[in-house]
Amino acid sequence: MHMKKLTTLACAAALATLSGAASAQISGNSVKIGVLTDMSGTYSDLAGAGAVLATQMAIDDFVAEAKPAFKVEMVSADHQNKADIASNKAREWFEREGVDTATELVTTSTALAVMKVAKEMNRVTLMSGPGSTPITNEQCNDLSVHYTYDTYALANGTAKAVTQQGGDTWFFLTADYAFGQALEKDSSAVVTANGGKVLGSVRHPFPASDFSSFLLQAQASGAKIIGLANAGADTTNAIKQAAEFGITPKQALAGLLMFISDVHSLGLKNTQGMYLTTGFYWDLNDETRAWSKRFFDKHKRMPTMVQAGQYSSILHYLRAVKAAGTDEAGKVMAQMKQTPINDFFAKNGRIRDDGRMIHDMYLAQVKKPDESKYPWDYYNIRQTIPADEAFLPLSQSKCPLVKK
Amino acid sequence: MNNSNSMFARGAPLFFGALFVIGLIAPFAVYPTFLMKILCFGLFACAFNLLLGFVGLLSFGHAAFLGSAGYICGMLVRDAGVTPEVGIIGGTLAAGALGWVFGVLAIRRTGIYFAMITLALSQMVYFIVLQWKATGGEDGLQGVPRGHLFGVIDLSNNIAMYYLVFAVFCIGFFIIYRTIHSPFGQILKAIRENEPRAISLGYDVAKFKLLAFVLSASLAGLAGATKTLVFQLASLTDVHWHMSGEVVLMTLLGGLGTVLGPLVGAATIVSLQTELADSVGSWVTVIMGVIFVACVLLFRRGIVGELQALIQRAGIR
Amino acid sequence: MEIFGVPSALLGSQLLVGLINGSFYAILSLGLAIIFGLLNIINFTHGAQYMMGAFVAWIALNKLGINYWVALLLAPLAVGALGVVIERTMLRKLYKLDHLYGLLLTFGLALIFEGFFRDQYGISGQSYEVPELLQGGVNLGFMFLPIYRGWVVVAALTVCFGTWFIIEKTKLGAYLRAGTENPQIVQALGINVPLLITFTYGFGVALAAFAGVLAAPIYQVSPLMGSNLIIVVFAVVVIGGMGSIMGSILTGLGLGLIEGLTRVFYPEASAVVVFVIMVIVLLVRPAGLFGKT
Repeated sequence: MHMKKLTTLACAAALATLSGAASAQISGNSVKIGVLTDMSGTYSDLAGAGAVLATQMAIDDFVAEAKPAFKVEMVSADHQNKADIASNKAREWFEREGVDTATELVTTSTALAVMKVAKEMNRVTLMSGPGSTPITNEQCNDLSVHYTYDTYALANGTAKAVTQQGGDTWFFLTADYAFGQALEKDSSAVVTANGGKVLGSVRHPFPASDFSSFLLQAQASGAKIIGLANAGADTTNAIKQAAEFGITPKQALAGLLMFISDVHSLGLKNTQGMYLTTGFYWDLNDETRAWSKRFFDKHKRMPTMVQAGQYSSILHYLRAVKAAGTDEAGKVMAQMKQTPINDFFAKNGRIRDDGRMIHDMYLAQVKKPDESKYPWDYYNIRQTIPADEAFLPLSQSKCPLVKK
Repeated sequence: MNNSNSMFARGAPLFFGALFVIGLIAPFAVYPTFLMKILCFGLFACAFNLLLGFVGLLSFGHAAFLGSAGYICGMLVRDAGVTPEVGIIGGTLAAGALGWVFGVLAIRRTGIYFAMITLALSQMVYFIVLQWKATGGEDGLQGVPRGHLFGVIDLSNNIAMYYLVFAVFCIGFFIIYRTIHSPFGQILKAIRENEPRAISLGYDVAKFKLLAFVLSASLAGLAGATKTLVFQLASLTDVHWHMSGEVVLMTLLGGLGTVLGPLVGAATIVSLQTELADSVGSWVTVIMGVIFVACVLLFRRGIVGELQALIQRAGIR
Repeated sequence: MEIFGVPSALLGSQLLVGLINGSFYAILSLGLAIIFGLLNIINFTHGAQYMMGAFVAWIALNKLGINYWVALLLAPLAVGALGVVIERTMLRKLYKLDHLYGLLLTFGLALIFEGFFRDQYGISGQSYEVPELLQGGVNLGFMFLPIYRGWVVVAALTVCFGTWFIIEKTKLGAYLRAGTENPQIVQALGINVPLLITFTYGFGVALAAFAGVLAAPIYQVSPLMGSNLIIVVFAVVVIGGMGSIMGSILTGLGLGLIEGLTRVFYPEASAVVVFVIMVIVLLVRPAGLFGKT
């Protein structure tokens, strides 16, 4: 009897959810965007409050340009780079607060966890901050978009350039979680493919503050290049301590994921000459300068690619919702995939079947102190890597959604 | 003391009955996932209280049992494809086995040394969970399906899942309640009050302590395994020593050595964390610290303990 | 040259880094051991007090322009004073109760301090510049040693052995030791035992803050810096023998070296090796390596 009661309840609940999804309206006449990011930790500078600001800017611009019939709201939370906090928050947002999409999600472990929850509850995930390629390969799903960059693109840009310039022996200093491991793996493949050799690697806890013992191992390996497969505060601390221990300039550091916020906090003196791959640079052209100035006026710092990407992805999403006339996940995804992206962030950008948004990437080199003429004038753009080359070709994709 | 005992004894069935009914209808009024969290942590705290409140042993490593059971259950359900009840049982047994290992090593010592050994052992469990590929390291064990209970009931429905969690809690609570009020429980209390005398009376004290430890660990594991199914995720947070500290706080706040205290403490802490996390961020930690300090200095009996004392005084008057 | 298949330069440098870490363990466990040995309090706040020492130095430098050398004196005094307040207002009430309440109270205090700083500063850590006098490094052949890190070892060891000397060899130390063994008699002899105890707690806390200032240029000043360290330091104290001053110093240094060695062969295990050792020691020598039962 207990069993029957449960099954009846279960059926009733199922019916209720189904009928909700069948309507082709905007549920509650409001589109709610959830920004889940790192507000106070290792990645707070490159994403964090700036990403929340970028989202708000996107919402304001959309409402001004499209004057939609529905309301657009935003909620945000700090996931502290922990998968359980992110996952539980997303679940609560979806179940209780009618949030339509979970976005940003820097730190791959949080992204992977939230993607699963979102898929189960039929919601879209828009990722700007995390990097690992498994997001669009082994762990792909049809309701998520990986927008700004990934470890393959970074490896293809930075590792390739550095190896081809003569840096043919490498030792990796890797953050011990999915992102660091993916970055190391993708970069190693590129190094070897370009005639270089990987002499070894060491994993450091995420996050770490004292890199001395790991750097000493890198030094002992004798590799010409020490590849930093980490990001944010981990990267900046490693760079600082490498200088302290006299490891640079004898051995060169390759920051496989670096943001303009890192260059700013370390200063040009410590980072000059370093190569990095980025999806966005504020000083690229008039369009990027115009938007970045708006951002700078509010945030007092130039945007990183994650923050700019966040703006672009939210705007693309909102436009798709309006065009599709619904906030139902599947329909919005279809609309997003069939609409190209042409804004200050991406030219000829499009979302592939595996959820990967491909767009041009840029290989930059940090300027020398005397080359920099004005604040935040940090990069020389050495190369534009076209969209189709920058990202993993679909033919090599491990995503089950890709028709081969 | 006898008066209050019989007073509680008379009122108890009515009281528990009322709580049971509230538990049955609560998910229709309150967000079920929130309730499930309270029940899981409540069971965890009750299990912990069995050891601290009734045997007098402070374990600073109980997270190891919560977490390891959670991971084992998750791996069984996600990777071995078993049904959820098998996963829960598997997790509970694993925690019990781990509890036996911990117990054998730690029981020889008491007080602070006992606490330190349990802390060290749980750090080793943390390390294993962090390094072992199968548990996913920093990512945690993700995508644990809720599955179908007994192959029939779909647990992805929150209400169905709630009733499972409620049932698990009631079973665990019942076991603890019966243990406390059994001859076994009396001996445990005797050991806590005066260990040398218990030994002189011929009881194999070490064996009793070990049994209590294993029971406490198993029930903590039961809570952990169930929690993994609720949130479909097992993560390092579950095996971190902060979690061990949190359960101490919950038990202390609710009332050490009381029956319902830990549940009250768990409900309070979970509510605080949920309500305040968005608005005050890191101040949640500060507030928890203040509660800890206040409890140790002023409310050593905890919420339920103070309530009981109040009722007692009112009863005598 | 290779030892056990590892280049000797790498071995040497990791051991030296281990010695640097060991100096921190030594000075922190010394503070803990003093507090436990003489007061029977398990000071869980020790990690937070270490962190606050670092923050006092950071705030002093960045907001008040006070340099590192002054901070080395200022931070221990400031945080030590806070410790005195804690002892007088809260710890004092717990002496008659089970030790464990002292543990729980100080655990709660640690949460308060860490939560507060976390709220103000986030967790990603502020950087603190190495003082000019100590910048640069020295080429030792097998590695390049930053002067500052060498200084840390020297300063920590000096303070440690200085403290040991005071406690074991001077009259003040004798009063302290007697005061905990038999407070009534010592009190009857005219020594103000409660004052002694307050002073001792303050001193132990000041040691933690001193370590915090030493740590600031190396480890990034972050609200969680103590939390990560405190349980390792507990293990060190337990291994050394909870009341033994020399035991905690030697164990702290030794553990740093062992961790350094572990990093060469099995880096991930360096975080857990202390706990393995602790369990073994507690099973074989329950009172710790240097402890008196």
